[in-house]
Amino acid sequence: MAIFSVYVVNKAGGLIYQLDNYAPRAEAEKTFSYPLDLLLKLHDERVLVAFGQRDGIRVGHAVLSINGVDVNGKYTADGKEVLEYLGNAANYPVSIRFGRPRLTSNEKLMLASMFHSLFAIGSQLSPELGSSGIEMLETDTFKLHCFQTLTGIKFVVLADPRQGGIDSLLRKIYEIYSDFALKNPFYSLEMPIRCELFDQNLKLALEVAEKAGTFGPGS
Amino acid sequence: MTVHNLYLFDRDGVCLHYSEWHRKKQAGIPKEEEYKLMYGMLFSIRSFVSKMSPVDMKDGFLAFQTSRYKLHYYETPTGVKVVMNTDLGVGPIRDVLHHIYSGLYVELVVKNPLCPLGQTVQSELFRSRLDAYVRSLPFFSARAG
Repeated sequence: MAIFSVYVVNKAGGLIYQLDNYAPRAEAEKTFSYPLDLLLKLHDERVLVAFGQRDGIRVGHAVLSINGVDVNGKYTADGKEVLEYLGNAANYPVSIRFGRPRLTSNEKLMLASMFHSLFAIGSQLSPELGSSGIEMLETDTFKLHCFQTLTGIKFVVLADPRQGGIDSLLRKIYEIYSDFALKNPFYSLEMPIRCELFDQNLKLALEVAEKAGTFGPGS
Repeated sequence: MTVHNLYLFDRDGVCLHYSEWHRKKQAGIPKEEEYKLMYGMLFSIRSFVSKMSPVDMKDGFLAFQTSRYKLHYYETPTGVKVVMNTDLGVGPIRDVLHHIYSGLYVELVVKNPLCPLGQTVQSELFRSRLDAYVRSLPFFSARAG
């Protein structure tokens, strides 16, 4: 599996659909004794590692669970405040699981409109005439592919750098959008897509694309 | 294959150097504004990419391409950013950008006591060596020289 997620952004920069297809697990669990040799801080209602990178625990990772109890934001599932709990010597030894924080839906909305602006700036700063916006953005861990339709809707796919066949997948998603969102009489333009058939067909298309793309991380 | 232009930024966003070779379209804004816009875009892309990434990143943002050009990005641990725009046919050029930093900027500007850091590079030697280096690249075509 090598297609991470799909975003659909309307012409105003609003996120109207998002799907997380595959999220690689990058988690580390470790048992600590008092005092905790990591510096934790509260950021955006989450407890993050601020200093003390070690054993697969990286700066920026969030506390996901304590002694097997899940953590939601700054509280554990049984209602204790994380920083207070970890500051108390009586609770040690304690086993904490760290991992990359998942994007919240608010962050996804923000990132989608951020990409919308980057797309426009990319075309403005072009040294060549008649350039589109960003079509493919490459990093060492993923590639972002974007396809903008004539009507201004952007389909964005995040995939493994080695995954092939994304261009045809983007056109296929456009086709699915036209068939199952636009032709749905209950769908209103530019609004979030909540269509069961769209969901089903999109998932199917992603599966097919992952199999057809020659180099997945497993191969 | 072509090289369009090259930007060099320091950690504070000051444009240390700019040069262009085959640039057909100007951004339509003063150069100073263009540098700010470019730096701002890269700054945002960096934070965008680090949030979007499904796993922890090492090098981070490397390049992006549109229908007409490709932007290559290289950042040193000290925050110096080398940005080169080429056409779409050019593959990964991390080593080239690294050479511009380590072989030219460090050697001719950082080690030159007469070049104050943190402002536009005035050194004529740096300019001419950089120009010669870029012109000698295999993907630098002489057309419309």
